[in-house]
Amino acid sequence: MAAVTSKGQRLWNRMLVATVFVLVIVFLAPLYWISSTAFKPRSLATTVPPTVVFEPEITPFIKLFTRRVQMRGEVDPEVYEEAEWYEKRVLDAGERFIKDADGNIESSGYWSRFLNSIIIAVTSTFLAVAMGTLTAYGFSRFRMPGENDWLFFILSTRMLPPVVVAIPMFLMYRAVGLVDTHVGLIILYTAFNLSFSVWLMKGFIDEIPTEYEEAALVDGYTRMEAFFKIVVPQTATGVAATAVFCFITAWNEYAFALMMTNSKAQTAPPYIPSQLGSGITDWTVIASGTFLFLLPVAVFTFLLRKHLLRGVTFGAIRK
Amino acid sequence: MAEILLKNVEKYFGDNYIIRKLNLEIKRREFVVLLGPSGCGKTTTLRAIASLEDIDSGEIIIDGKPVQNMQAADRDIAFVFQLYALYPHLTAFENIAFPLKAMRESPEVVKQTVQAVAKALRIEDLLNKRPGALSGGDMQRVAIGRALVRRPKAILMDEPIGSLDAKLREDMRTELKRLHIENEATTVYVTHDQVEAMSMADRIAIMHEGVLQQVGTPEDVYNHPANLFVAQFIGSPIMNIVEGVARPDDGRTRMQLGEGYAELDYPAELHHKLVEERHSEDELAIGVRPEGVQVSRTHDQGFIPVEAHIIEPLGPYDIVDLKFGSKLVRARTPSGYVDKAGDVVYARFDEKQTHFFSTRTGESLHIRFEA
Repeated sequence: MAAVTSKGQRLWNRMLVATVFVLVIVFLAPLYWISSTAFKPRSLATTVPPTVVFEPEITPFIKLFTRRVQMRGEVDPEVYEEAEWYEKRVLDAGERFIKDADGNIESSGYWSRFLNSIIIAVTSTFLAVAMGTLTAYGFSRFRMPGENDWLFFILSTRMLPPVVVAIPMFLMYRAVGLVDTHVGLIILYTAFNLSFSVWLMKGFIDEIPTEYEEAALVDGYTRMEAFFKIVVPQTATGVAATAVFCFITAWNEYAFALMMTNSKAQTAPPYIPSQLGSGITDWTVIASGTFLFLLPVAVFTFLLRKHLLRGVTFGAIRK
Repeated sequence: MAEILLKNVEKYFGDNYIIRKLNLEIKRREFVVLLGPSGCGKTTTLRAIASLEDIDSGEIIIDGKPVQNMQAADRDIAFVFQLYALYPHLTAFENIAFPLKAMRESPEVVKQTVQAVAKALRIEDLLNKRPGALSGGDMQRVAIGRALVRRPKAILMDEPIGSLDAKLREDMRTELKRLHIENEATTVYVTHDQVEAMSMADRIAIMHEGVLQQVGTPEDVYNHPANLFVAQFIGSPIMNIVEGVARPDDGRTRMQLGEGYAELDYPAELHHKLVEERHSEDELAIGVRPEGVQVSRTHDQGFIPVEAHIIEPLGPYDIVDLKFGSKLVRARTPSGYVDKAGDVVYARFDEKQTHFFSTRTGESLHIRFEA
């Protein structure tokens, strides 16, 4: 092949490579910016032009997890001597920790928000995928009156932007006391993802020949046992792909989280920008919070990448 | 081992009447083949016995117990699918062990039983492989192992060797027969291949458009087809069917074939029998298999001159298309007996091998001239 490529074709190939290269830079630049800012000293965070080469430091992360105040004047040398290494970093930056009566450093809200994000995203993903798989199995294997209408109805729940229903939802949630609760957000995200999960899983389950379950049925298993022992293992790919998409949706959701929660069940997305307002904006703290927030999705997607790829080409390789 | 009784079984798919008032008795240890062209309802019947399809009316009775409302798991029946349906995520061993695990057998019992079955099927060295790594024949052996392992009341097979190549099909045919004899399992076997049916069945049940046409031993359905459909479905090449008009004539019956001028002699009693049956003379079809067409090079008594049209040499014998008036009739001759197409030879129908049908109902008139 290579030997017979013409000059024009080679030029075309180079242009393609160049285009891809430019696109990669365009897409990765913001990611790099956030990641690098997370490790920058505060003074370098807002320089024009942006600083590219710098000595990375951990200070933004220390600040992220603690409550601090700006110091007036110099730090007391004695206090500085006695301080732990992480406290020194903060003192170096001209700030000091806020401590309670016992001298313990007060924690910022970030860690609990992060935990909320994990609890809510994981639970709602599990529920959406589990319910979606069962529903999809029903639609795939049993004939029922108005089947297509039901499927369309399920899909139609995604046809208007969710924010449109935000205010009625908020009023309803307030009436039943679900505002600022984990359960509230879990229900909301499960409902968002369910229609997507049903449709995606139906596609995967349709691909599995019914003979497998029929074989299990005559082999002495109940329909439910056949579902768990035969259908679920065979659609592991589909479950993985659906789970990744549902998790990303639930993890990144901002608007409802902002509206429906304020402290107890608040997730990370509304919390991170809320730190903009407290004192002078410290972009390095925001960046470090964002950086940590990106990690779980990256890890989750990375672990399931094989299944995701197979998921995309599922129909092509089965037959 | 069980006996299976189907009583007035009916099944609709929407407006399609798939199984029409089917009555069939399958005896203990019997190997019954459901035979018919595709779409005749044979697979649906089999699936109904296994409860993979619900029936709309009628009864399915296994060992005297009506089971039409029972779950598949409670009927204790094994099923072998055409495309094997081995669980792809399990090894051959786990596939065969799967039904035993449903019965909550101990691991030792499972291991022993699976080994024994694998030995009978000669697949012991394949047990650790997954279905994806097995050939078609081996996959079907594993699938049969999965059916046998539980010692079910009956084994149902849906064209189990239909997707194998010709050579392997022949081997598997012999093997299935051997397994049936060893296991004495009541077996219902679905196929559209009449050779398979003839070679394996104790009895054949022939279906067409949802109606059971005839049930009988292979000899029965071959030598005494109940109607035109069975006559033409069983046997290869198929039976010649020619419309004829019978007339009494001076101590014999003259049979005029088709619209042509060919006339054959039959014994006088044929006409008497037709009269007895009150059968109108012009609604008669006669059927004769290629081996029932006698061919001679010389003009013998009762033979009429016919022209050879096409000769198909098949090795041990030839199939020759002969022009009886306007009708083409296929005859089986020793190889090379008719030299070339266009030659004129002499032929007649052997009356002992002639079948008589009504063209109006398609049913056999049950008139035979025995040897």
